[in-house]
Amino acid sequence: MDVMETIRQTFFQECAEQLTEMESGLLIMSEGEADSDTINAVFRAVHSIKGGAGAFKLEALVQFAHKFETTLDHIRSGKLAAGPDVMKVLLRAADVLSDLVDASRDGIAIEPETWTPSAEELLTLTASDSSEEEDVDFGDLDFQPALIDFGDTPSEGIAIEPLTSEFQINFRPRPELYENANETVLVLRELSRLGTMRTTCDASTVPSLDEIDPAGAYFNLSISLETTESQDAVSSIFEFVDTDADLQIEQPSAFELPTLSEPFQFGPAADDHEPPAAEHNVETTPSSRPILTLVEVAPVIRDEDAVPAITIAATPPKAEAKTAPSGTAQIATIRVEFDRVDRLINLVGELVINQAMLSQRVAESNISSSSPIAVGLEELEQLTREIQEGVMGISAQPVKPLFQRMGRIVREVAEATGKEVRFKTEGEATEVDKTVVERLADPLTHMIRNAVDHGLETPEARIAAGKPAEGMVRLTAAHRSGRIMLEVSDDGAGINRPKVRESAIKKGLIPADAQLTDSEIDNLLFLPGFSTASSVSNISGRGVGMDVVKRSIQALGGRISITSRPGKGSTFSLSLPLTLAVLDGMVVCVEGQTLVLPLTAIVETLKPKSADVHPLGADGRVMAIRNTFVPLIDVGVQLGFRSTAMNPSSGVAILIETENGSRSALLVDSIQDQRQVVIKSLETNYGSVAGIAAATILGDGRVALILDADALVTTIDVESIAPELRYGTAG
Amino acid sequence: MMDTAIMATNDDHEFVAFRVGSQEFCVDIMCVREIRGWTAATPLPHAPDFVRGVINLRGAVLPIVDLASRFGLPDTEPTPRSVIIVVQINKQVVGLLVDAVSDIFTTNGASWQATPEIASDVVKSMVGGIYALEGRMISLVILNSIIPTAEKVAA
Repeated sequence: MDVMETIRQTFFQECAEQLTEMESGLLIMSEGEADSDTINAVFRAVHSIKGGAGAFKLEALVQFAHKFETTLDHIRSGKLAAGPDVMKVLLRAADVLSDLVDASRDGIAIEPETWTPSAEELLTLTASDSSEEEDVDFGDLDFQPALIDFGDTPSEGIAIEPLTSEFQINFRPRPELYENANETVLVLRELSRLGTMRTTCDASTVPSLDEIDPAGAYFNLSISLETTESQDAVSSIFEFVDTDADLQIEQPSAFELPTLSEPFQFGPAADDHEPPAAEHNVETTPSSRPILTLVEVAPVIRDEDAVPAITIAATPPKAEAKTAPSGTAQIATIRVEFDRVDRLINLVGELVINQAMLSQRVAESNISSSSPIAVGLEELEQLTREIQEGVMGISAQPVKPLFQRMGRIVREVAEATGKEVRFKTEGEATEVDKTVVERLADPLTHMIRNAVDHGLETPEARIAAGKPAEGMVRLTAAHRSGRIMLEVSDDGAGINRPKVRESAIKKGLIPADAQLTDSEIDNLLFLPGFSTASSVSNISGRGVGMDVVKRSIQALGGRISITSRPGKGSTFSLSLPLTLAVLDGMVVCVEGQTLVLPLTAIVETLKPKSADVHPLGADGRVMAIRNTFVPLIDVGVQLGFRSTAMNPSSGVAILIETENGSRSALLVDSIQDQRQVVIKSLETNYGSVAGIAAATILGDGRVALILDADALVTTIDVESIAPELRYGTAG
Repeated sequence: MMDTAIMATNDDHEFVAFRVGSQEFCVDIMCVREIRGWTAATPLPHAPDFVRGVINLRGAVLPIVDLASRFGLPDTEPTPRSVIIVVQINKQVVGLLVDAVSDIFTTNGASWQATPEIASDVVKSMVGGIYALEGRMISLVILNSIIPTAEKVAA
C-alpha cells in the first residue's frame, strides 16, 4: 500500500473519531447543558475534519465543514444562541457531514444536492453577518479593551495565580501554513486563552494590490502575551504551524511575584478593594466572547495586607485558563488492527486449554498438591486467567458509538413521521465485546425505528392524551451479573393489544378463540410474519419484523422480552452475553461422548424416577415435575448416538427453558462438571449441525460439542436428508 | 476448477501421493497445509458416513473425511500409523484420513491422462485424472468435490 493511501486511511479513521466526538458534543448541547469546553470540542472536531479534507483535496467536504465551522464559531463567540431550532440544524448538518465523510472515504462522487440544503440552513443562521468568511474572522483580532465590573464576577471559579510572565512572540506565517489548511486566527485564539494578549499586525510588507498574490502571506504579527503558563505551553500552541512560519518566542521580562500569605477571596464582598477603574489594564480576548476574561490587576491593590500583585483568572462558568489547548487530559490510546487482537484472543484461548491439559496430566501422574510442580501450576493457572481477562478487556468497547448511531435513526424517523422525539441514552460507557457491538446495530436500529414509528403517538394525539407533545425514547445499557442488559423504551401508547390479537387471528397465527394473557399477546409481536402497522411505511414494515430482531438477538446468545402498559409506553429488554468467545456450560456425558450444555438455558437438574416418566404416543415420553408434565428428550437418541432410548432412572434429567419460555427435560447419562469453555466455531471448517451450537476444546485436548438446547427440543428430522447432502448443513 | 486447471498448464507442479487401501491418490502440494498423525475424533451427529468427526488442530475445529469411505471403499480402520493430510479447500480446512503418504513427485500438465470411462459417476466427479509413476497408477483428487458443500449451494 502506498504511503498516501495509508495516510488517507488514518485520516478517515480519525474522522470517525472526530465525528463521534462532534456528535456527543452536539447532543450535550441540545440538552442545553453545554459549556464552552463542549462547544470547543465540537468546533475542534469539525475543524480537524476540514483541515484533513483540505490536505486530500476533498472539496465538498472542505466547503461544507467550513460553513459548519463558521456557524459553530458564532455559537462559540456568543453571537448565536444554541436554541432548539439551531440545534436541529446543527444535528442535521452533523449527519450530512458524516455522510460526506463516508462518501469521500468510499470515493463516491458527491452531488452538491446532498449538502447544499444543509449548508444553506447553516448560512441562514449566520446571515446577520453573512459577508463574513476570512475577513470577519480577521477583524476579530482587533481587541476591544473593555471594562469588567468586578462586583459581578462570580466568586467561584476565581483562581489565584502566583506567577505570571510576559512573552514576546514574533509570528510570521508563510504561504505554506495556509496551504496546509492551518489558520492564523485559530492559533491566535488558542494563544489568547493562555492569558492577556496584545497583537500588533505589521502590514508594511503587503505589496501593492497589483502585485499581491492571493495565496500569499504578508502579515507579520507581534504578540505580547502575559500568562501564567510556561514557555512550553506557549510553544505548544504553535506546534502545528511552526514549520510553516517564522516564529520567535522570547521571555524578556520574566518576573516572579511573592507568593500570597493567605488565600485571597475576590468577590462582591471585595468591592472596597477595588482600585480606580482607570487603573485597570483589562482586555478581553477576541471581541465579545463571554467565556474567558483574564484580568490583571497588578500592581494596583496595595492597600490590603501584603498583596502586592495578583493575577486573577475569572472564567465563568468553568476555569479554562489552565486547560489551554484542551485535550491534555485525554487517555492515551493506540490504534491496533482488530485482526491482531483477534489472534491474541485465539492464542489466549489456546493457552487456557493448554494449561488445563497440563493440569490434568499433572493430576493424573499422582504428584502431591504440595509439590513445587503443583504449586507452580496453580500460579500458572492464576496468571492464565488474568491474561484471559485482560485480553478480553482489549476487545471490549463502550456502546457509545452504537448509541450515537441510534440518535441519528431517531432524528431521521422523527422527521419522516412528523413526530417530536427526545432521545435519551444512559450507560453509554458500558463495555461489550466488539463483535457483540457490531452485531447489535441492526436489531437495535429496527427496535429504535419501531419505537418512534409505532411506539410514539403523533404530537396531536399525545396532547389529547394529556402528555407532552414531545415523545421520549430511551436507550439504556448496564452490566448485570455477567451479561449486558439493553433497554429500548418509549412513553407512547403502549401495545394495542386488541389490535395485535385481531391482526394475529387474521393472519392465522392464533386460533380465533384463543385465550391469551396480556404478556402472551405482547409476545405475538415476535412471531414471524407479524406486523401491526396498518400501512407499510418506508420506515418500518419493510417485511423485517420483530421476529428477525429476536432471531438475531438469539444468535448472539441473548434473550429479548417485552413489557407494555397501555397509555404509558413499551419497553423492550435485551440480555446479552458480554463476549461471544466464552460460555458457562455444564459438561455432560452421553453415550461415551462429552457434550457441553450452556448454563443459561438450564433451570434445574434432577434424578428421574421411573414412576415420573410416562410414554406418550409411539416413542414420545413426558416427565412429571411437581405436577407439570414436560417432554423428556433423550439427547443420545436425538443426536443419533444411540437408537433406543435409555432407561430414565439410570441417567440425569436437566430441565431447560427455551427462548419461547416452554420447558423440556433433557436426558443425559451423567453430569461431569460445570465450567467456562472457549467457543470454537464449527462453521469455519465444516458447517452447522442440527442440535449443536458450536464446539469447544476440553482439558484433554479433544473437541467437545456444545449443545443447542432450543434446537434439540424441536424434532430433528435429518435422517430424511440424503447423507450426501447432510455434510455441514444438517441445520 | 483449480485441480483441473493444473493439468491444463505445462508448468511443473509438485504433488503429494498417498495410499488409501490398495489404491494411490495425490493432491497438489500447494493445497496441503500439514501432515499429522491420527488422533481420536469426536463424532458429529447426523454427519454423512465419510465424516469421521472433528479433531482439535491447535485450537481450530477440523473435520476429518475418511477418503476410503468417500470413494466407496471399505472404511479406513484408523491405526496410530494412519495419517491425516490437512488440506485447504476454498476457505475451509479439512483433514483427509489416509493410510500412508507414499511419495512426493513433480510433473507437468501434459503427462496426465483423463479418467477412464470405467469409473462410477461418484468416483469420476472426484478424480481429475490419472498419472503413471514408476508403473503405479496415481489418481488426482479433485478436492472441491470431496466436500459436498459446493454441489449443495448450486442445487
